[in-house]
Amino acid sequence: MSLSAKEKVIVKDFFAKVSSRSDEIGAEALARLIVVYPQTKSYFAHWKDLSPNGAPVRKHGITVMGGVYEAVSKIDDLAGGLLTLSELHAFMLRVDPVNFKILSHCILVVLSMLFAEEFTPQIHVAVDKFLALVALALSEKYR
Amino acid sequence: MVEWTDFERATIQSVFEKMDYDDVGPAALSRCLVVYPWTQRYFGNFGNLYNAAAIQGNPMVAAHGKTVLHGLDRAVKNMDDIKATYAELSVLHSEKLRVDPDNFRLLADCLTIVVAARMGADFTADVQGAFQKFLAVVVSSLGRQYH
Repeated sequence: MSLSAKEKVIVKDFFAKVSSRSDEIGAEALARLIVVYPQTKSYFAHWKDLSPNGAPVRKHGITVMGGVYEAVSKIDDLAGGLLTLSELHAFMLRVDPVNFKILSHCILVVLSMLFAEEFTPQIHVAVDKFLALVALALSEKYR
Repeated sequence: MVEWTDFERATIQSVFEKMDYDDVGPAALSRCLVVYPWTQRYFGNFGNLYNAAAIQGNPMVAAHGKTVLHGLDRAVKNMDDIKATYAELSVLHSEKLRVDPDNFRLLADCLTIVVAARMGADFTADVQGAFQKFLAVVVSSLGRQYH
């Protein structure tokens, strides 16, 4: 399942449109991840504060969303463009790839919540595909 | 047996009480057919599903969306025994409709996203957690009788 040229435009346009709230999206998505899927907290045991609205979660959500935007800019070659991030996740963070799917779902929920009118089914499918491809690119170096 | 906290019980009742079934049902099903197009395999006799606009305007999709959403009412009223509540419907989906149970999960995800859009800020992380837990139990129950 690859992105058509039209879908790439949809993804780039939508993320450009919501970019002013990208920090909020990231923070909210990560907060939801740890509340709705508590097992994901296992990756953040080293944080003193694991509350969903606490500083570490918000800051990390912003970092992760920054990664998503980097992926948008490299949409024509995700595997190549996200090589460094893939190595990070594979060799250092060793996040089980099932969690990429879960986080993608949380991002979609937040986008739907914050941009109810704009997040039409057509945009939803393109963004969903894009996030799945980002997850795949991040898993490149795993084995 | 599934354990529900008071918050979860109250949340599920509240979310479904406030829901506009005529809006959410069609929106969730049509979104599912657009986002996961292979789910269209079960609706061969629904007529025009050729593109997103056709799907969203299709009256049979809308009607069926309402039917499916009302199907959740039983679980909302019987949260302490959802498994037994859906035993018959599970057999129906398995033996007669032959629906791959993974589709229940796909539709549940689309329903979550539609409800998030309708509720906006009220769809807090805790509400999302309760709602997804409820749907996960429903999805599991509907897949229970497959063999």
